Amino acid sequence: MSEATANEVGPHDGVTGLVDDWAADKQAYHVPWGKAMMWIFLVSDTFIFSCFLIGYLNVRITTTEPWPVQSEIFALSFGGDPIPLILIAIMTFILITSSGTMALAVNFGYRKDKAKTFWLICATAAFGASFVGMQMFEWSKLILDEGVRPWGNPFGAPQFGSVFFMVTGFHGLHVSAGVIYLLWVAFRVKKGYYDEKGFEIVEIAGLYWHFVDLVWVFIFAFFYLL
Amino acid sequence: MASAEGQQHPLGIYYKIWILLFVLSGFSYAVDYFNVQGAMRWTLVLTFMFLKAGFIVAIFMHAVWERMALVLTILGPPTVLLLFIGLMSIEGKYTEEARFAYMGHDRDAVALTPADLHGEEGGHGGEEEH
Repeated sequence: MSEATANEVGPHDGVTGLVDDWAADKQAYHVPWGKAMMWIFLVSDTFIFSCFLIGYLNVRITTTEPWPVQSEIFALSFGGDPIPLILIAIMTFILITSSGTMALAVNFGYRKDKAKTFWLICATAAFGASFVGMQMFEWSKLILDEGVRPWGNPFGAPQFGSVFFMVTGFHGLHVSAGVIYLLWVAFRVKKGYYDEKGFEIVEIAGLYWHFVDLVWVFIFAFFYLL
Repeated sequence: MASAEGQQHPLGIYYKIWILLFVLSGFSYAVDYFNVQGAMRWTLVLTFMFLKAGFIVAIFMHAVWERMALVLTILGPPTVLLLFIGLMSIEGKYTEEARFAYMGHDRDAVALTPADLHGEEGGHGGEEEH
């Protein structure tokens, strides 16, 4: 039996064959299954964000009403003249800082330095939470002070509001979910849950977090700068 | 490289990429701060964007150290999006031109800014009653 070769057994047909083909002793990805699945999730998420951004591209080109000047709308003054886009710049730097702390957390995770991993993930989550806080500030300023709505705004093309709330809202949702996910992983690291299983989970959570930062790179360029 | 030990690399490379990302973000912001416009703005913003995205995926997400089977799974499918982007921009330009040419939309309309609306030295003069 154990010597059975392919030409003796032959490929099955139908559902059995389907199961055989996909479940045979073949491995495409030589990484932990959780990591492969996270990557596949991230690729699918890439398509969702791309649909939003391509929708934005199309609306931005076709709209004949003038597009609001982002640089001035997102300006903020600290007592003096308004500084263009300053809040968005701070949010960008915060997200990059959090990406760095996450990368270090992954590294210390593999070194089995649980204390450093725990605190670095917590720092990452804290930066993420502050990002969401700033986004809430930005949203409330736009909604309450400037009167921007998903269906209109006083500056120009009404599509500006719908794209803004849709794209930044969906990204903010990802950041919020990431904060919860990171805290959950951090506490399990601390409790020693991964001592036996290994610390790949930190890298997997890290992939998600870097992806959130990655999406922001594109939003920052296309929505705020261009 | 992707063994049972996982992705284990010297810390130095993370610090270097981290600093690089800060610098590139600073450059992106400088493009807006110094009000660079036109083709130069697009070139600079897109260059910094792709560099940042590339370093995040390659180093922070460890793509350069992964096996080719996984890398192609990640980067292959999204490349078809370039075609999608191309199609939608061609279609968009056609729609826009049709609206200008046949529906009488104004080619020279100018957006208002918060300064116009909050009455700080009326720029375009459009005083509106709410």
